[in-house]
Amino acid sequence: MPGLGTSFGRGAMTTALWDVANADVVVFMGSNAAENHPIALKWFLRAKQKGATVICVDPRYTRTASKADWWIPFRSGTDIAVLGGLINYAITHDKIHREYVVKYTNASLLVHPDFRFDDGLFSGWNEATGKYDQATWAFQTGPDGQPLADPTLEHPQCVFQHIKRIYAPYTPEKVSEISGIPVAEFIRFAETVCATGAPGKSAVFTYAMGWTQHTKGVQNIRTATILQMLLGNIGVAGGGIAALRGHANVQGATDLAVLYHDLPGYLGQPNEGHQSLQDFLAKTTTRNSYWENKPKFLISLLKAWWGEHATAANDYCFDYLPKMATSETYSHYDIFQSILDGRVKGLVVVGQNPAVGSANARKVQAALAKLDWLVVSDLFLNETSEFWKLEGMNPAEIQTEVILLPAAGPLEKEGSFTNTHRLIQWKHKMIEPMGQAHSDGWYMVQIGKRLKQLYAGSTAAKDLPIKHLVWDYDDPNNPDEFDHLKVLKEINGYDTTTGAPVTGFGALKDDGTTACGCWIYSGIYPEEGVNKADARLRAAPNRPDGWTEARADGSADYLHLGWGFAWPANRRVIYNRASADPTGRPWSKVPLVWWNEAEAKWAGVDVPDMLPVAPDQVHALGVRGDSPFIMKPWGLGGIWGPLPDGPLPVHYEPKESPTPNLLYRKQGTIPTMKIYDSEFDVWGDPQRFPYVATTYRLTEHLTSGVMTRTLPYLAEAFPRHFCEIPRELAQLKGIRNGDWVEVESARGKVRVQAMVTNRLRPLRVGGRETYVIGLPIHWGPKSGHVQGDITNTLTPQAVDVNVQIQESKVFLADLRKVEVGG
Amino acid sequence: MNLNRRAFLKLSGVSAASAAVLLFAEEREALARDLKASRITRAREVPSVCPHCSVGCGLIGYVREGQLVQVEGNPDSPINEGSLCPKGAATMQFAYDGVGRPNPLRQLTAKIRRPGSDRWEEIGIDEALDRIAQRIKETRDAGFVEKNADGLVVNRAESIAHIGSACIDNEECYLITKLMRALGVVYLEHHARI
Ligand code: SF4
Repeated sequence: MPGLGTSFGRGAMTTALWDVANADVVVFMGSNAAENHPIALKWFLRAKQKGATVICVDPRYTRTASKADWWIPFRSGTDIAVLGGLINYAITHDKIHREYVVKYTNASLLVHPDFRFDDGLFSGWNEATGKYDQATWAFQTGPDGQPLADPTLEHPQCVFQHIKRIYAPYTPEKVSEISGIPVAEFIRFAETVCATGAPGKSAVFTYAMGWTQHTKGVQNIRTATILQMLLGNIGVAGGGIAALRGHANVQGATDLAVLYHDLPGYLGQPNEGHQSLQDFLAKTTTRNSYWENKPKFLISLLKAWWGEHATAANDYCFDYLPKMATSETYSHYDIFQSILDGRVKGLVVVGQNPAVGSANARKVQAALAKLDWLVVSDLFLNETSEFWKLEGMNPAEIQTEVILLPAAGPLEKEGSFTNTHRLIQWKHKMIEPMGQAHSDGWYMVQIGKRLKQLYAGSTAAKDLPIKHLVWDYDDPNNPDEFDHLKVLKEINGYDTTTGAPVTGFGALKDDGTTACGCWIYSGIYPEEGVNKADARLRAAPNRPDGWTEARADGSADYLHLGWGFAWPANRRVIYNRASADPTGRPWSKVPLVWWNEAEAKWAGVDVPDMLPVAPDQVHALGVRGDSPFIMKPWGLGGIWGPLPDGPLPVHYEPKESPTPNLLYRKQGTIPTMKIYDSEFDVWGDPQRFPYVATTYRLTEHLTSGVMTRTLPYLAEAFPRHFCEIPRELAQLKGIRNGDWVEVESARGKVRVQAMVTNRLRPLRVGGRETYVIGLPIHWGPKSGHVQGDITNTLTPQAVDVNVQIQESKVFLADLRKVEVGG
Repeated sequence: MNLNRRAFLKLSGVSAASAAVLLFAEEREALARDLKASRITRAREVPSVCPHCSVGCGLIGYVREGQLVQVEGNPDSPINEGSLCPKGAATMQFAYDGVGRPNPLRQLTAKIRRPGSDRWEEIGIDEALDRIAQRIKETRDAGFVEKNADGLVVNRAESIAHIGSACIDNEECYLITKLMRALGVVYLEHHARI
C-alpha cells in the first residue's frame, strides 16, 4: 500500500479495530464494511453508540449506508475531487490542527523553486517516455543536508502553500459539479469532518477496494492521508486510516512479499540499477529514519536464505537475488500479457482463481491456453484449472498440461494469518487433511526438495541459488507436513552461531551473525517454544455489555496487547507518538502513549511507536523525539509524497468516463496510467456505452466465489448473479425485477438478472443525468454449487502505475433486456 | 443413528451423490437431532481463525475422535467476541456439507489434464510433484536470463510465473517467496494486486 507507506512510512492500516470505538467521526468511503468486513463493523458502531457521527460516502446505498447516520451518494471515480474539496475546506476555514501540521508533517518544508503544477500536469512530465522526472519535487536542503523549512507555513515554496494553491479550485461548487453531491450537502459533510481538526478530536477514514481499484487508486488514499494529517488525526485515539484488506491473509502475503516488487518486510526487490549489496542499500535506504537499520534487515534475510554460503566476502549472496529490468514491471496483469507474448510458459497458481478474479477475464483465459504448463493447488476445481472447459475453448487445440494438487483446507493445517490491523494470529489444525490433500506449504517444501535434487549435480552459476538454499523444513513427527515452528522461527530471526531466536528486530545485526526471514515480524517467536501469535490473553471487560473500552486514565488494556502479535513490535496503533503533543503529553481525550518524565522513557496503553529518545532530543539515527513518523525522513509525515504519478493527488477522470475532466482541460485521465496492447484491450466511449458500471462484493461470498459457492449454506444464501439498476433507468429501458438483462462493455457481455433498486440514484454530473449500475463479482460458470457469468468479462485492464491494480470500480457499459424474468 | 454410521458416511468412499440417496428425510432429521444433542460432548476445543475476510475472527473447532463436530465463533476473541458472519459460520462446510458428509466438491486427489485432452486423469501425489519439479527445471533452464545486455548478473527466470495467495498462511507465503526468488522468478504475485 504505497499510499499509506508514502504518507506515514508503513503500508498498513494505521489503527486497530478496537481503537475505532474512540472516534468522533467515522467516514466510510471506498468501503462497504457491513457487507465485506461484517464483524469489523461492530467496532465502528461502538463509536456510533458512544456518540460518533457515521458517514457513508458511496455510489450505492449499501448495508453500511443503512447503518450510518448519513449516506452521501456520489459518482464512482471522483473520490479525489471530493477529498480535495475537504482539504480546501479545512484550509480556507482554518480547521487544521496547526501544531500537529507544523511539528509532525513535512508541510513546512520548502520544495524546489522550479516545482510547478499546471492544468493537470506536474513539472517534469516527459511526454515521450510517459514518465515524470521528479527532480523539481525534491526538498530544498541547507549545507548541513537538513531540509529548509518555514514553521510559519507562509513561504510560497513550502508544502503547505503548494497544497493551498493546488486545492483552491476544489470549491464546493466544483466538487458538486464533478461528483454529483449537492453543494449544501457537501458543505455539511466538510463541516462535520473538519470539526475533528481540533486537538483531542478524531475522525477515522475507512476504505477498501472502493479506493484501490482505480487507475489512481494510490492517489485516492494519499488524498485521505493528507486530509487526516492536516486535521491531526493520525496516530491519535479514534483516528487513522482503516484500510480494510480483502482476503484473510492479504496483509501477511504482502508483508512476506509474494509480490514482484518486494522482499519480505518491505526491503524492496533489487533491479538492474543495483550493482552490489552496498549499491542497493545506498540507493534504497531512507536516510534520517529508522530505515537506517535496513542493512541489518537485508543481510539477515540473505543469511536466512543462503546460510553459511552468504558471507561478507560474497556480498551475502546478493547476486543470487533476481534483478528486475528497470524498464519493466512483473505484475498480475503483466503476467498474462507476457504469456500472450510468449515469454512466460509455465504458471503456478496457489489458492487463487485468476480466470474469474482478474479484470478483462477473457484475456486471462486466452492467455492460460497459451501456456506450456499450469499447476493449480486448490481445495476445489475452478475456472482456472478448468479453463480448457470454458465456453469458446477447444480442448483438442489446447496444448497446456494442467496439474491439479488437492490442497488441505483451512481447518486442516497449522499456521498464522495476519489480519487487517496487522494482528498475527495462530490457527491450530482441527482435523487431518481430507483425502490425499496436503498443505500448500508442504507442496512447496516438496517441490523445493526435488528441485535441489535435480540441480544437485550442476556446477552452473545460475543454479547455485537453489543448491545453496537453506531448505530443511521436514517435520520430524509427520512426513506429510512441514515444520511450521521452524519456519516461524526463521521468519522471527535467530542467532546464526547459537541458533537461539532473537527477541526482536533490535537484536538483528549486519555482520552475518543473525538470520531473519521478515524483520517486521521479529519478536513473534522470541524464545524457543514461545509462539506469540498463539497468545490468547484478552483484557478483562470493563463495560456492562461485555467489552473493553478505553479509559481516560490509561488503565484499560483495550488494545488487548496479550492477544496475538501485531507487527511491528506488537504495536497496535502505529505512529501513536502523535497522540501526544511535542512535549510528550497526550492531547487526545484517551491517551495512547506519553513521555514518563520520572523514568525518562516512553510509556503507554500501547507499545510506544518511538525510539528511546526524550521529546526534546534527537536520536542518533536523525529522528527527533518530537517527530512521530519514524520510518519517514526526519520523522515527518509525508503530506508531500513523491510517487511516480505525482507528489500530490489531483482529480482525473477514470479511463472510461461519461464526462470530461472539469478541473483540468489538458489532462483528462491520469497521465501515468498503464494500459496493454493486445486484441483484448479495447475501450468504450460514452456514446456507445452510456452508463457508469461498478463492481462489488456481497456478505455471503468472497471474490471469485470458489471458497463460498462451494459451501452449501452460502451457495443457498445467495445463489444468483444480478445487476443493480436504478429505478429511473429501469423505467427508461422497460426492465423489471427478475428480467434477464445483458450488460455489455467494450470487452464483452454478461447475462444476469435485473434487480431494480432505489439503492442507486441518478446523479447530476456536469449538468447531465448520469446513471450508475452495479454488479457483484462472485460467479463463474464451472465452480461451486451455483454458477453464473463472469463479471470481470466486462472490466478493463487499465492499471495504476504504483501498484498495477485495475480500474474495476468504474467503467462504461450498456444495458438491455433480453428476456422477461420468470 | 450411531457414531459408526456417521463415521462411515464421512470416511467411506461413498460418493456424494449416493450418500444423498442413502440419507432419507427421516434419517436426516434423526442425524440432525443426534448431532445437536451430542455435538460437543467430550469434544476437544481447537482455536483457529476464519479463512475468509481480513477481520480475523476467532473460531473454535470442536473435535471428537478425529472428527470435527462443530465450528463456532470464539467467545474469547476480542475481535469477534463469539460472533461470526455468514461466511465464518459456514467454515465447517470446507470439510463437511452440513449433515456430516464430506463436502462433495473437495478435490481429494491429484489430477492431470494432458495436452489436447478434454478430461482429467488421476495421478499420484508423488508423481505429480516429480512432474512439477521437472517442468519447472526444464522451463527455467530454457528461458533463464543470467546476464543482461550490459553483462550484469540479473538471474531472472522470466519464463515462469507464480500467482497466490492471500488465502494461505504466513509460513506458506514465506516458503513461496523464498523458493521462487531462489529460482529467479520475477513474475511473483498474489491477490493484493487485484
Ligand atoms: S466471520 Fe466474517 S467478518 Fe469474521 S473473519 Fe470471517 S468473513 Fe470476516
